[in-house]
Formats: sequence, structure tokens, C-alpha cells
Amino acid sequence: MFTAFHLAFKEIWRNRSRFLLFGLVVALITLLILFIAALGEGLGSGNREYLQKLNGELIVYQDTARLSIAGSLVGCDTRASIRSVEGVQDEGPIGFSSASVVVDGDPSLDVSLIGVAPGKPGEPPSIVGTGLARKSAKETVIDRTVALVVGAQVGDTITIRTVQGGEDEFYTLQVVGISESRKYSIRPSIFVPIVAWDEIRAKARPGAGAEDPACNVVAVKLEDPSQIDVVRQRIQDRVDGVEAVDRKTAYENTSGYTAQQSTLSTQNGFALLIGVLVIGGFFQIQTLQKVPQIGMLKAIGTSNSVVALAVLIQIVVTTLVGVAIGGLSSFGLSLLMPPGIPIIFEPRSSATAIVSILLMGPIGGLVSIRYSLRVEPLIALGLR
Amino acid sequence: MTIALEARSVVKQYQVGSGTITAVDGVSFNLERGEFVALVGPSGSGKTTMLAMLAGLLQPTSGSIAIDGEELFGMKESVRAEFRRRKIGFTFQANNLVPYLTVLENVELLLRLNGQYNAAGKRRAKELLALLGLEERLNVLPRQLSGGQQQRVAIARSLINRPALMLADEPTASLDTERAYQVVETLANLVHEQGNAGIMVTHDLRMVEYADRIIQMLDGRVGQIVTPKDDLSCLADPNAVACRLITAEELGYAEARAAA
Repeated sequence: MFTAFHLAFKEIWRNRSRFLLFGLVVALITLLILFIAALGEGLGSGNREYLQKLNGELIVYQDTARLSIAGSLVGCDTRASIRSVEGVQDEGPIGFSSASVVVDGDPSLDVSLIGVAPGKPGEPPSIVGTGLARKSAKETVIDRTVALVVGAQVGDTITIRTVQGGEDEFYTLQVVGISESRKYSIRPSIFVPIVAWDEIRAKARPGAGAEDPACNVVAVKLEDPSQIDVVRQRIQDRVDGVEAVDRKTAYENTSGYTAQQSTLSTQNGFALLIGVLVIGGFFQIQTLQKVPQIGMLKAIGTSNSVVALAVLIQIVVTTLVGVAIGGLSSFGLSLLMPPGIPIIFEPRSSATAIVSILLMGPIGGLVSIRYSLRVEPLIALGLR
Repeated sequence: MTIALEARSVVKQYQVGSGTITAVDGVSFNLERGEFVALVGPSGSGKTTMLAMLAGLLQPTSGSIAIDGEELFGMKESVRAEFRRRKIGFTFQANNLVPYLTVLENVELLLRLNGQYNAAGKRRAKELLALLGLEERLNVLPRQLSGGQQQRVAIARSLINRPALMLADEPTASLDTERAYQVVETLANLVHEQGNAGIMVTHDLRMVEYADRIIQMLDGRVGQIVTPKDDLSCLADPNAVACRLITAEELGYAEARAAA
């Protein structure tokens, strides 16, 4: 055991340039994998953040919409029916649209324009200022990203642009609160009362909002969140023309979300595969170069376990060094990234990526370990 | 004297296609502790195959090999590997040393493998290397040594555990004549002083003068066993009449000496 460590570390130390160079290759692979994971998290979060953090357990769609938010329209009568279902504590309409916020005279910041009912499920809590108060007022809660980019504070006004009847329409909204980040559809969000939303959202003809406008979906808050399946089924049984799902199902069905995440997962899988092949290739070449030496070690009585363990230790150490360098580089680079780039180093997905990379070392090195075990001393030393 | 090695009727055959090639054909001899033997013979005579079997690296087709009274091929491979590092020392033609270990670390490697890496072992490693004239080169890597120095390190490593049997396969193959004589003389002296049994395979008949006995192999069999005092021309010309043929009854160091 100690002899294996002795052999492994002496070889690493006396060939440190070679091992460091290879560690840097592992570091680059680590950097690539971590950034793909962070990009996946950033894009995924940008798509799902609002729905994931919604203050309601269920999202109710029009049943023919097949869980497409844009294709769903839920009317006031339906909302009343949902509210009357046993186990429902509260519900709130949510309307989704898009707009551009004017920054320095130019409507350059694309945002999700989300209509919610003040104080109802769907409205995010404000971390600064208050929530929406009046049903039809031109007031808004903006998420932190918008506040940072626009430089708006509570009490300021922002101007947004929408398109109505083929013409640009500009609306001025008073900022009453700032929420945590609540991205939807890869855009930061601004929240307005649902009636105001119905008036200012992009539409074919300009006009005032309806008193109780139809919304895309309804957020439902439950009396007992543990009864989510029971209440979900109850809503579907008792309310005509709706389909209720949990938040996870809702964001997984947002447009392009699954395809996007699958693409990034595939990229990550390929990057890991490349890592396995690169590490495997490096150690296999090294083992091939060391065949006479391994043969000699075996001939003088070194056991297979010592030979294999020494190779394994080198693989693990090289991978660890590479991952450490790659991880620190990723962290450093992430600090230099502009805020608009959807890169999020979420601890869980980063840890999963790092564990995967740490595993890919020994997996990649299995062939060389096996090969070193099969070295015949006689052949290696030219005695046969 | 104590018998260190006893080879009896050792046969090694290889299957080649539908035929069988006999590389070693019924070889028997003994070696006693303190005895240094040269195993000579032309290419293809079976001496390297014999050495590999004596080392426990190649299983004979039939026959037996015992080292220090223990039957080498009566034990499991893992036990044999452990036995090898305790009882058998090796010096090869080339690739003898671990390139990333210093001279001292190469010699100490056997101590580590045998769990004897302690103060006494370390002292002995330094003493052995000093005996071989390498006391100034303890902390250099093998690539910084000449071929002769590398072979001397290999000799030190092969003897560090006081093995019962020391095997050397063409230890002078890559050395000039002067270095070759130095290495073989050192090898022979250490075997005599430390009471090991040593076998050196060589094709260089000039190197046999330090051996106590010379075993010639021809076509897989023991051709002659002579001493350096004998007329060695027969070793170069196996058909020479001056050579004595040794019978199976004569095999063994004492008998051969007496016969000589």
C-alpha cells in the first residue's frame, strides 16, 4: 500500500512537468464541463425561474392548450370555479406577454410583461418597496435584474414599449417594489396589475383593459400543500375545461425548455466522454511506454495490486489537480462574466459536474490499469 | 554446504502450431550457497528459458525447482511473487532500474516491498552501494549514471534482501570490457561473501573466469559442466574433445569439483 503511494508520487514528482501539463488538459475539460453545466443552469433558470418560485402549488391551464402558456386562456368564471374547490386557499390570474423597457431613451431591454392580481398567487414578494396595490393602476414591481440594468429604484418611473395594432405604444409605470430575480422565457420580468396588463400588452388593437380580463393560466395556492395530488385531481374533476399541474411540470412544458436542457445535457455528456477518452488515452500511452519497467517491477516480486494501485493513485491525483485548477479558473472567470450572460454556477449542478469529472479519471484509466495488470514480466523483459 | 537451488529433470516445451518445441530438455543441477555459476551456451540453447523458470516466472512442463528447500511451482502465483522478492534477486540485461527513483531509492524499493524499510535496512542499502563504489551517487537518477554504474545499482538491489538465489541475465551485455569485468567480479565477490547462490547467464566466455562452475547448455540440455581451470575451448567449440561430458550422477557442485 505505502509502496504504491511511494512509487506513484515519486513518478509524479520526478515527471512533474508532464503530469502538470496533463493536469491542465483535465483543467480545460473541467472548465468546459462546468461552463456547460452553468450555462444549462443559467438558461434553465432563465426559462423556469418565475414558475419555479411561484407562490402557489398548482398552475391551471385551459385543457386544450396542452400545457402551452401562450395557447391557454382561462376566463373569470373558471377562476371562480377553481376558487370554490375544496382545499384551494386562493388563486390568482397570470397573463404573459413581452415588452421592452426604455433605457437611456432606447427601448433596448426586453422583458417578460406579466400581469398578476395584487396580493394574489402569482405576484412575487417585493424585497424593496411594496407589492402591487391597485387593480388597474399603472404601477409595477420589477425584478432585480431590471432594476440593475435600468438603474430604477422604488418611486421611480420606467417607460415600456409594446406593439398594439402595428404601432409602438409607450407606457409609463411607477415602480412600487423590487422583487428577487424572476426570469421567464430567458428575460427578466416586470409585474403589473392584470387589468393594466390587459391594456398595455401587445395586441392586435389598442384599447382599455377589461375589468376582469381573461388570463393565460391561474396560480393556485393550497390550504395544505401536501394534498397537492388530491386537490389537483379535484380541480380537474370539478372544473370544466382545465388541466392542473404542479410547478415542475409547468416549467418543463414551457416552450423549448426540455429541448434546450436535453441539448445541454448531451453536450455535457459528450464533454465527459471526451474527458474519459483523453484521460484513458494519456494513461494508456504512459503505460505502454512503461511496459519494460512494469515487467521489471513484477519480476522482482511487486504484486499486481501495488502496480495497479500506483497507476490508480496517479490517475486520481492528476484528475484532482486538474479539477482543482479547472474549478478555480471557472470560479474566477464567472466573476468576470457580464450580468447578461446566462451563466449560473448552482452548487448542486456544479457539484454533480465535478463528481462526474472526478469519476471520469478512474473510468478513463481502467484500460491502462487493466493493461498494467496484464503485463507479462517475461515478455516485457525480453526473456521469452 | 547448504543447497540453495535444486533443479531436477526440468523440461519446458512450447506448442507451436501442431508441433512441439522443447526449449529445455531434462536439465538437472544443484547450487550451493556461496557458489557462483555461469550458464553459457549459444543462442537458442535454452539458457534464458532456464533462467526464467529458475526465477519462477515461467512454469516448467515437467520437473521440479526448489529454492532453499521450497518447491517453487508448488505455490500459488501470488505466493510465488512474494517468495520471489524474498528469496530471489534479479539483474537483467537492461531496464533494470526504476527511472524516477534515485540510486538509493531503487535499492530501498526491495526493502519497502518486503516490509523491511527500517533504519537497519537503509544502512545496509548504503553500505552495499558503498561496497559497489557508488557512495557518491546515492541521490542521482539512473539516467545520470553510466551503464556500468546502473548495473552495479541493479546488483545492489538484487542482493539487498540477502536472497537465497541471485540471477543475472547477461549483466555485461551493454558494457565495455573493463566495466564488464568489474561488474562480474563484483557480483562474484558479493555472492561469495554474502553466501548467496548466483547464476549468471552470459554468452561472453571471457566473463566466466570469476565463476566457480560453468554450465554449458546445448539444445536445451546440459552439455558440459566445467570449472575455469579446465580447458574452456570446448565451450566455444562444443565438439572439441577436451570437453568432459557430465552425466546426471555427476551433477552437483561437490561431485563436479571432485571430478575436476
